[in-house]
Amino acid sequence: MTGRAVVLAAVILAFLSAAVRAEKIVLGLSASEVGITATFDGSDILVFGAIKRDQPVPEGSSLDVIVAVTGPLTPVIMRKKARRFGIWLNSEAALIDAAPSFHAIATTGHLPDILRDTEDLRHSITIPRAIRSIGNDVTDSTAFTDALIRIRRSEGLYTLLEGAVDLTEQTPFRTRIALPANLIEGRYDARIFLVRDGEVIDVYEAPITVRKVGVERWLFNLARDRPLPYGLLTLSFAVLLGWLASAVFQRLRR
Amino acid sequence: MQLYLPIAEVSVNAFLILGLGGLVGVLSGMFGVGGGFLITPLLFVAGIPPPVAVATAASQIVASSFSALLAHLQRRNVDIAMGLVLLAGGLAGSALGIVVFNTLKALGQADLLIKFCYVAFLGIIGALMLQESLRALRRVRSGAAPARRRHSWVQGLPLKVKFRVSGLYISVIPPILVGSFVGLLAAIMGVGGGFIMVPAMIYLLGMPTRVVIGTSLFQIIFVTGFTTLLHATTNQTVDIVLAVLLITGGVIGAQIGAQIGTRLRAENLRLLLSILVLAVCFQLALDLVFQPAELFSAERGAPL
Repeated sequence: MTGRAVVLAAVILAFLSAAVRAEKIVLGLSASEVGITATFDGSDILVFGAIKRDQPVPEGSSLDVIVAVTGPLTPVIMRKKARRFGIWLNSEAALIDAAPSFHAIATTGHLPDILRDTEDLRHSITIPRAIRSIGNDVTDSTAFTDALIRIRRSEGLYTLLEGAVDLTEQTPFRTRIALPANLIEGRYDARIFLVRDGEVIDVYEAPITVRKVGVERWLFNLARDRPLPYGLLTLSFAVLLGWLASAVFQRLRR
Repeated sequence: MQLYLPIAEVSVNAFLILGLGGLVGVLSGMFGVGGGFLITPLLFVAGIPPPVAVATAASQIVASSFSALLAHLQRRNVDIAMGLVLLAGGLAGSALGIVVFNTLKALGQADLLIKFCYVAFLGIIGALMLQESLRALRRVRSGAAPARRRHSWVQGLPLKVKFRVSGLYISVIPPILVGSFVGLLAAIMGVGGGFIMVPAMIYLLGMPTRVVIGTSLFQIIFVTGFTTLLHATTNQTVDIVLAVLLITGGVIGAQIGAQIGTRLRAENLRLLLSILVLAVCFQLALDLVFQPAELFSAERGAPL
């Protein structure tokens, strides 16, 4: 009898806590496709949404939103220079198996305060967690990943904007993710994490496709698929423009 | 105005690239060098990935050299016979150079080799040219007649051919050797090789300065055209949008440069070129000797 009561209590508790956690993300993206045109100079993606809940807002706990946009993963070869024989040359190299080509995070607050480390590990939210470097036989592989983060941060490819997500009355939220001009093509994943007291209670994923369009697409395909005509086209431009300049200047001189 | 480059995958200021092309074009028209040794490092600074910069610079050199060549052809300053002999050597040399380059690339030290070649050759040639042009200037000032060329080992070789435009009757062996050596270095350093070719033609082959520039341009066009096609077909690193921007600036600059060049004395021209070559050499040497601000570099692979 007591055994059954305990089970029942556990079921009720589980149900209750599930009800407390019943907060879901409803999301909108300003664009699910980014076209790289000839005059592409970066683009802003507006991420906006609301939190749907069938219970009143729980008292005394904090709610946060983390938005992460991650670009295609690529391997990266890292090289380190050292002084040998009086000159600086590449002496060490390390392969990072997979690093996002782009990674932007926007949050409602200071990241270590709002997200538990275990949750970060599970969802690979922060930049160091998003970089995989397994099986490297380099002594200080962290120095190499740190360097990669430093380099990409200075190029505007890795960003962390704490407090950039506006969350009003714990319900609607919005933020703006800036995509820089030096993007590579591919599938970018926008992930929105709903975090209550450091724990992720809901994740919403939406893909954003980044691809070259128009002339950019055509030239890129031509260079890939028909390299010889492409090379000859470049050369004929060179010869034609060279001749044109010479002809024009001759006319000017007379 | 920002433009997105389809192959380089970066966005650049179109006017900046036009300006860079124009600046290098002026120098190329003045001195008869392709300007590869200037444009490639400048493109690195502008944020273009190195493989794209090297490959695309080659196509810009084709254009500015072609434009300048037309100007020289009209003044009959091109020794086509000599150009063809140099070219034969050049193509053989550059084919060999690509083999050497790929071997070193596999060893991971291609970067160092390129920089080293730059510093060594720019340094040696710049210093030699500076010394010679200063001596020539002093001679002109003192009014003494230039000393006649001594008969060197070059005169004793077989297979002599008459090069009418240059006024030379010499063996084809030295020009072929010069051409292939320049082709070899050109493939390794990603340049046309004019800055080596011009002094080699003056001091080694004894060609008159008047025809040296036009003839150098003639052979540079073919060597760099060949390089452009090789890069386009093997590495797919030629960016046509970047090329058109550089070319447009370059050909206009080359015309202006050729005009300035005709108004300057040959000795002064050589003095200026030697100073320019030494300045670039010095800058590159500094980069090798001083500790770089960022010790690490990252090379992105293909998406997974």
